[in-house]
Amino acid sequence: MLAKRIIPCLDVDKGRVVKGINFVDIRDAGDPVELAAFYDQAGADELVFLDITASSEKRETMVDVVKRTSEKVFIPFTIGGGIRTVDDMRELLKAGADKTSINSAAVKNPDLIAQGAKRFGSQCIVVAIDAKRKEDSADDNPEWEVYIHGGRKATGLDAVEWAKKAEDLGAGEILLTSMDGDGTKDGYDNELNCAISSSVDIPVIASGGAGSPDDILDAFVDGEADAALAASIFHFDEYSIQEVKEYLQKEGVVVRI
Amino acid sequence: MIAIIDYGMGNLRSVQKGFEKVGVEAQITSDADEILEADGVVLPGVGAFGDAMDNLDSTGLIPVIKKVVNKGTPFLGICLGLHLLFSTSEEWGTQEGLDIISGNVVKFPSDLDKKIPHMGWNQLEIKKETEIFKGLESGTFQYFVHSYYVLPDDEEVVATTTDYGIEFVSSIQKDNIYAVQYHPEKSSQKGLQILRNFGELI
Repeated sequence: MLAKRIIPCLDVDKGRVVKGINFVDIRDAGDPVELAAFYDQAGADELVFLDITASSEKRETMVDVVKRTSEKVFIPFTIGGGIRTVDDMRELLKAGADKTSINSAAVKNPDLIAQGAKRFGSQCIVVAIDAKRKEDSADDNPEWEVYIHGGRKATGLDAVEWAKKAEDLGAGEILLTSMDGDGTKDGYDNELNCAISSSVDIPVIASGGAGSPDDILDAFVDGEADAALAASIFHFDEYSIQEVKEYLQKEGVVVRI
Repeated sequence: MIAIIDYGMGNLRSVQKGFEKVGVEAQITSDADEILEADGVVLPGVGAFGDAMDNLDSTGLIPVIKKVVNKGTPFLGICLGLHLLFSTSEEWGTQEGLDIISGNVVKFPSDLDKKIPHMGWNQLEIKKETEIFKGLESGTFQYFVHSYYVLPDDEEVVATTTDYGIEFVSSIQKDNIYAVQYHPEKSSQKGLQILRNFGELI
């Protein structure tokens, strides 16, 4: 049986992990490569690096992180943040990344999805969608709007329609972040997860709001997500990946233990 | 020394790093002599079947692969490298493969109510004792990304199967030929164990 995936996400700024990681048994918890290797050993199924560097020399720094990661980490890993062209994708994939994730650039230039998929295969192209509940949408019929630029800019796009279009263009996966849930630890927006997951035939990674193993269970059962992304609950050692997986297995979810 | 065949299809670096991690020297090469002299040969690859055959053809590697297989060099196909060993593929119409293993490559049926590609960690059901699965048991998870799977004519070559709505063949073995649908280089400790086992054959 195909397992549900647990994916820790690391925010990387100028080659260093940010959002204060809190592990005692890691030599340099600011080094994304060390941390990635730790998560591989700890049972993570995949990893996502989100490059939040704003400066222009960012690409080189991230390419170096990717190269070093590919020497030490033997699970798939995705790079997102600041990818604008097929050449950007090529550089990261060549350095050893398995997938690239595009967000704002895909909204501005949807053809980037098609170009990337044609060149590298759909499995390398993750489309990240930041979605926020529309305030005027009915509770029993919610709708979500797509935001870009780290959630600062509304696009007017409907999240479900955009996910379908991304799939048609060749996206291999949707990384779906609920802006309402992100950072709250109140659980994922499973209405959103379910709305997207049931509208597309590609895997959906739920993101934004994980605070407990129960939240992750809900993302799989109620949200019909294929994978769950989480940051702080793992980084701050509140729960280990093993603990979360054991809980999920006890509740009847297939996981890799 | 293991030769990892470079024919312009996908990221070979992670395969090389995987072997390095388990202490096996591996070189990425498209040089016919290096491949012919290697103690073990790996045919990796992701991408389209037709493009891959075209690339192997234009680089003159088809007879080289057939030669190393025939002279008994331990040979490992990974993902697309499994598919290419087969006689034919139905990816974008019927295409000719290397025809080293008799059989066809087909797409997952659309009526399974499963997402395609089959992406993520799935389990192996071991069907016959094979050197490269030493230390692994049925139920072991490996990382898969594919939309097509192999249908060998000869049941005897089936080494493992995997359940994705249907039970499909996820590894084969015939004499010195080993080939797997999943990515051992991306399957953490249990995947590296397969690379280690292959390294011990040379």
